[in-house]
Amino acid sequence: MAAIVSIRNLSKRFGSAQVLTGVSLDVEEGEVVCVIGPSGAGKSTLIRCINLLEDFDKSGEIFVDGIEVRKGRQLAAVRAEVGMVFQSFNLFPHLTVQDNIALAPERVRGLSVEEARARARRLLDRVGLAAHADKYPGQLSGGQQQRVAIARALAMEPRVLLFDEPTSALDPEMVGEVLEVMKGLAGSGVTMIVVTHEMGFARQVADRVIFMDGGQVVETGTPQQVFDAPREQRTRSFLNAIIRH
Amino acid sequence: MSFAETFLNLDVLRNSFPLLLSGLGVTARLGLVSIAAGLVLGLFVALARIYSVQPFRLLARIYIDIFRSVPLLVLLIVVYYALPFVGLRLSPFMSAACALTLVSGAYAAEIFRAGIEAIPRGQFEASQALGLSYRHMMTDVILPQAIRIVIPPLTNNCINVIKDTALASVVAMPDLLKQATQAQALEANPTPLIVAALMYVAILWPLVLLVGRLERRFRQGGS
Repeated sequence: MAAIVSIRNLSKRFGSAQVLTGVSLDVEEGEVVCVIGPSGAGKSTLIRCINLLEDFDKSGEIFVDGIEVRKGRQLAAVRAEVGMVFQSFNLFPHLTVQDNIALAPERVRGLSVEEARARARRLLDRVGLAAHADKYPGQLSGGQQQRVAIARALAMEPRVLLFDEPTSALDPEMVGEVLEVMKGLAGSGVTMIVVTHEMGFARQVADRVIFMDGGQVVETGTPQQVFDAPREQRTRSFLNAIIRH
Repeated sequence: MSFAETFLNLDVLRNSFPLLLSGLGVTARLGLVSIAAGLVLGLFVALARIYSVQPFRLLARIYIDIFRSVPLLVLLIVVYYALPFVGLRLSPFMSAACALTLVSGAYAAEIFRAGIEAIPRGQFEASQALGLSYRHMMTDVILPQAIRIVIPPLTNNCINVIKDTALASVVAMPDLLKQATQAQALEANPTPLIVAALMYVAILWPLVLLVGRLERRFRQGGS
């Protein structure tokens, strides 16, 4: 089966700092991949390279659904197939919740206003926010805003959804509602790459867990393998440090 | 002669009012044209200054710096009296409109730049991640937010442009100030000047009030 996302020998240098070193990764359709690791491991940089929010060294290459990700005409087309949910939501504050979701389907997919809004309301229903369609993002809680952001990404019907620490900016009591929505997506066959510190979520939902440290993939395997029987010393010490507190 | 007869002489007012009104019309037209053209020019210069490739970026900066430092009066005289020597003869109205536009465009460009740069990076990233084209990112996401930020300083700029139209009297524009000073000389009475001052206030005050209302409305709508 062909990979939806194919990353080959990805490296990135930030001045003198080597942020990523020779990362390769294939993600197949319907797969849920969780990327874990200490801060500064390059997890966010890795997924931000997939839609070229971060540039990467020429030696590496990334394909999304067979199309190469690089600067140029086809970039917007690739980005339309890659949904992204940010740590800080990044909703558009001047648009209603409904229009936040409807904007890109209208502008990029060419849907009519009515079609786009109907789709927005369907997705709001799916993330449990049907009653908030006409509110502005500033009127919603953090958890609700992140669920809107997920609906906004889904509205483009992307081939793959990237999550960049989606619960890290949330108050603790709001983490659960966002993870619930993500579990629902994972169960419905959406391809997901999730950078997260929520080990419980990774263990429960991931098909595959990737442990990164120092800009490299250190270990990869099923949640059971990585969490219960890590092969690498660095994975063990990271997991120990997390479990201890 | 009493104070009222000197400064608010009704006979003088009656005689000079038609002149003053036509001057007000010229001032309003000159102001509106220069403001509108300056806004468009400023927006494109700001975009060039931030996003374009190097030679254009440098040109935008040079333009902004020069036209913010040249006194408007000097620029007016150059456009009206000096350009004919190189074969470019503009009407008084066109000369004044060009000079005012060039200067207000430079100020507007800096205001737009500050507004765009005040938008958080996440707004650009979210737009790009959704696959929006550059044009749609700007028109649907960035500029609507930037406009809320720039409305107060842009309005100050508009008010300045309208006040600066008074300088156009040096290039023989029959604007409000020119008509007022002529009427004053004709009647040997300062009433037309006082009335002209009241007219300037009358067109600028509503502008100030309007801005306050827009600012309040935007604060309620956005986050």
